[in-house]
Amino acid sequence: MQSSAVTKRDMSFSQLRGEQTSQATGSEQSPKIRIRNLDFFYGSFQGLKHINLDIHEGMVTAFIGPSGCGKSTLLRTLNRMYDLYPGQRATGEILLNGKNVLDSGQDVNALRAKVGMVFQKPTPFPMSIYENIAFGVRLYESLSRADMDNRVEWALRKAALWDEVKGKLNQSGLSLSGGQQQRLCIARGVAVKPEVLLLDEPTSALDPISTAKVEELVHELKSEYTIAIVTHNMQQAARVSDYTAYMYLGELVEFGLTDEIFIKPKRKETEDYITGRFG
Amino acid sequence: MIDSSVLYRKRMRTNRIALVLSMLAMAVGMGFLAWILIVLLYKGVGALSLSLFTQPTPAPGSEGGLSNAIIGSAMMVGAATFIATPIGILAGVYLSEYGRKGWLAPATRFINDILLSAPSIVIGVFIYTVYVAQVQHFSGWAGSLALTLIAIPVVVRTTENMLNLVPASLREAAAALGAPRWKVVLHVVLRAAKAGVLTGILLALARVSGETAPLLFTALNNQFTSLDLNGPMANLPVVIFQFAMSPYENWNSLAWGGAVIITFGVLCLNIVVRTLFRKKI
Repeated sequence: MQSSAVTKRDMSFSQLRGEQTSQATGSEQSPKIRIRNLDFFYGSFQGLKHINLDIHEGMVTAFIGPSGCGKSTLLRTLNRMYDLYPGQRATGEILLNGKNVLDSGQDVNALRAKVGMVFQKPTPFPMSIYENIAFGVRLYESLSRADMDNRVEWALRKAALWDEVKGKLNQSGLSLSGGQQQRLCIARGVAVKPEVLLLDEPTSALDPISTAKVEELVHELKSEYTIAIVTHNMQQAARVSDYTAYMYLGELVEFGLTDEIFIKPKRKETEDYITGRFG
Repeated sequence: MIDSSVLYRKRMRTNRIALVLSMLAMAVGMGFLAWILIVLLYKGVGALSLSLFTQPTPAPGSEGGLSNAIIGSAMMVGAATFIATPIGILAGVYLSEYGRKGWLAPATRFINDILLSAPSIVIGVFIYTVYVAQVQHFSGWAGSLALTLIAIPVVVRTTENMLNLVPASLREAAAALGAPRWKVVLHVVLRAAKAGVLTGILLALARVSGETAPLLFTALNNQFTSLDLNGPMANLPVVIFQFAMSPYENWNSLAWGGAVIITFGVLCLNIVVRTLFRKKI
């Protein structure tokens, strides 16, 4: 299986991928997030149907599928983002470290501190670059000024933004370019040291250079975080992920190692979508 | 080719008509505004002098200024803005951020809109009945209270509108970090809408600065300088009202001076506040 990946793929990716895949197949420990019989409703419309899926620790899991298939919805159940809106509800189980986050007793804010999220459009807060990062950190930690400075620098370095902004930390986050803003949002998400990072089409509003930077970032970050990424770009899914889930009309059609999904999908629908015959 | 087609020419014609109509509408609005300002300056600038600010309103036949009215107006308008701002902002936040479901928010919004368009004289009579008539004397507090009731709906309305303009994605982004609702509102949403909320407060302040009717029933007037909000207080609108109607020429002139002071006072305040709060971030 790995050899076929190498033959079909650009060498630089396959080298990276080679190690990951062996890791992926080798790790049989319990998954970070276990989704069981998840149904999701927008009012009376069912957005997700009986989803069963495992998201593995230290791996990148990509969600692909045509618009409206429920991939963003699925991501938004993982940190209960949907709770902000009345009329949206989820049933079933989402076990994070073995604990069901859909329980009514779950502290939603504590959950979101553990499961960070980056959105499609950059959303810097109307404050300085420094404060954009510090805002989230202050919610759950009280750091000294020096420690906070270090944390801000650390997060900005993680997001490959430090060199571009180190001289203007007191400027507004809104003064940055779109690609920089998005990396600021990633830095903000990383700064609170979550266990899981959800990326909802993080590069769809970015130019190719910024996209490449964000993708590199995903590679860097996955050693420390579990990452779930929604993308419309199949090449991106192939490049950055270890596992891929193909969804259609609220159902999970196929889920497996990215190499298998992209090279020999088991289902005809998946193959049609990936090869561009559909979608 | 394209520019000779019937459809294209029709569209050009429609465009030109719409443009002319909107220019006309603007000209009418701006024209009257300019007219008012020109008359105001023409009649009022002559009345401006140092004594206008230093001497209290004169008795018939003597000379004086408007110092007592300026102080009274500043105190009452200041108190009204001070009380109305927090109430108005909190209510606006409730309507925009918390009142998503249930009947309370729509009902509040409806009542607020009624208050917004209520004739100010009704507010004056109301405060007269429930406060002035009970304590048996006119007072600056009663005046402030009436002005507060006029200012609150303005602040509520603009705050809600401005908060609604803040994109939901910003709220989601803050919530996604694990921030509780109140922190999202206080640190992110209100901050993003800061300029708009401030506009609402200034709008309310400008509106109450010129209100005469509610003060007639509440603060009344006072010929002497008074800093006691618990007694009758002089104020610019009522003084303008009385002096403009009087047969004395120097009183008429003082009324014009008062009008200039209100107009440019509000303008200056607007400029100062906007400069201070200019987007640093």
